[in-house]
Amino acid sequence: MGQISLSAVTKSFGDVNVIPPLDLQINDGEFVVFVGPSGCGKSTLLRLIAGLEDISSGKILIDGKDATDAAPAERGLAMVFQSYALYPHMSVRKNIAFPLKMAKLSQAEQDRKVENAARILNLSNYLDRRPGQLSGGQRQRVAIGRAIVREPAAFLFDEPLSNLDAALRVTMRQEISELHQTLKTTMVYVTHDQVEAMTMADKIVVLNAGRIEQVGSPLELYRSPRNLFVAGFIGSPKMNFITGAEAKKHNCDTLGVRPEHVEVQADGPWTGVVGLAEHLGSDTFLKVNVPGVGDLTVRVSGEMNLHHGDQVTLGPQSGKLYRFDANGMAL
Amino acid sequence: MSRKSTPARQAVVTVAAWTVGFLIFFPILWIFILSFKTEGDAIRTPLGVLTSGWTFESYHEVQERSNYLLHFWNSVVLSVGSTILALVIAIPAAWAMAFVPGKRTKDLLMWMLSTKMMPAVGVLVPMYLLFRDFGLLDTRIGLVVVLTLINLPIVIWMLYTYFKEIPGEILEAARMDGANLRSEILYILTPMAVPGIASTLLLNIILAWNEAFWTLQLTTSNAAPLTQFIASYSSPEGLFYAKLSAASTMAIAPILILGWFSQKQLVRGLTFGAVK
Repeated sequence: MGQISLSAVTKSFGDVNVIPPLDLQINDGEFVVFVGPSGCGKSTLLRLIAGLEDISSGKILIDGKDATDAAPAERGLAMVFQSYALYPHMSVRKNIAFPLKMAKLSQAEQDRKVENAARILNLSNYLDRRPGQLSGGQRQRVAIGRAIVREPAAFLFDEPLSNLDAALRVTMRQEISELHQTLKTTMVYVTHDQVEAMTMADKIVVLNAGRIEQVGSPLELYRSPRNLFVAGFIGSPKMNFITGAEAKKHNCDTLGVRPEHVEVQADGPWTGVVGLAEHLGSDTFLKVNVPGVGDLTVRVSGEMNLHHGDQVTLGPQSGKLYRFDANGMAL
Repeated sequence: MSRKSTPARQAVVTVAAWTVGFLIFFPILWIFILSFKTEGDAIRTPLGVLTSGWTFESYHEVQERSNYLLHFWNSVVLSVGSTILALVIAIPAAWAMAFVPGKRTKDLLMWMLSTKMMPAVGVLVPMYLLFRDFGLLDTRIGLVVVLTLINLPIVIWMLYTYFKEIPGEILEAARMDGANLRSEILYILTPMAVPGIASTLLLNIILAWNEAFWTLQLTTSNAAPLTQFIASYSSPEGLFYAKLSAASTMAIAPILILGWFSQKQLVRGLTFGAVK
């Protein structure tokens, strides 16, 4: 079991209101990602669920039980921190066994569970090392190991991959996703990286200034963003936003089009000059200045022989335009 | 601009460092030399002192006249006892101030330190009366309490600085892992702060060992530590230089040896956190 529900939860630090009233339902076995720019309150929200911070008002239910005032250890949740937060003076074995020791399990039981976790995470050969003797990826695995031995109701991850290099991040991302498929335990994952959010989540919660902007599956958010913020945050490169006369032609205040939905069309409506062309082989990214429209980012599949200064005519794919009103809400 | 390290500059720095070191050490060296002289030789000119004969006479006399071992044992009990008591109080206090600071934590720290800025003699009379009324005069337990109290601000300050260096996330991880406050301090914080706690302990033992105001005022014989032992050989007329020196040497030798063996730990602890 691992059902978490927040109702009318708020958090203030002194006079600063970080989380205005917020409701959220996390279902058993779901992989939920909190995503948003830095300072949007996503880590605070996770720490409220963990019990590391007290909520200012509202209620937190875990598996139907009121956990609002429960101590972190009583909530049956395990957390993996950004800095890994391993105990530097203990061996890997003792690090992983620490929650079991605190739960007063027998030594034999502790050993069995530690060996088991180490096998799942490929740490069997490192059990007697100290955290200082491990690489970043291995430390991350130890932190995950320490979380899984407790067999928690849910895992909480606080930007766990942000200290790893790019290549390792991709590997660890896949490992965490596979772990979720094996354990089928609820996972709540905080990141500012929308690629992590898109690839890992069953459900993405987009946060901005402590408010939930939208909740949905990755593709729901990609296909039908509820407002400008979500439209701009989900998708890479970022969606192009066009205002002014061009938007008025489409009966809206802001017109959005994703870079991958702009094509080079001989009879397209937008003619401009290539400012920058990035050739990645698999894709070509163009930055095109279109008079009256502004700079458009264009993603073209494959190679395209265009360079700085070339003139190009562009148009959106049919049905791939997003329209927003003056308040930034989708029409 | 980077400083060049020429041989000449190195030589100057080396000579200067040795000179400063020698000047600081000289009084101790001189006491050590005088302790091996007769009373007559000890008051001669420096050159006369150095050229006169060497003898263990003063040590023999000091040994006959007073009970060194009792004083030594009292010093050990007072310094170790007050240090352990101070740590037992200071570790939880520093934990609270470092990890759950309140609005007034900084003021509290400042206030504690301010008690060290007051001359001790300012509270001599009330302290003496309290000791007299509670029957604590010339008792080890009374002195342990006083030494604990006077060093507590420094112990808390030092531990607070070390604890500040420990990332809060590690303690939060322990809390998530089911550690209660006691386990958190016992299994996570204390082992991680061992270098800091060790140097605090050493420094406090040294401070308590050398403390000479309260120990002289509040003890006479039963609880008298080595400071009292030295003082018993000082006389206003200055007639017993050699015996005073022998007593001083015997009193400072144990702590000097302790300091010598732990200097690496001390230096490391005192510069802890200075360089990341």
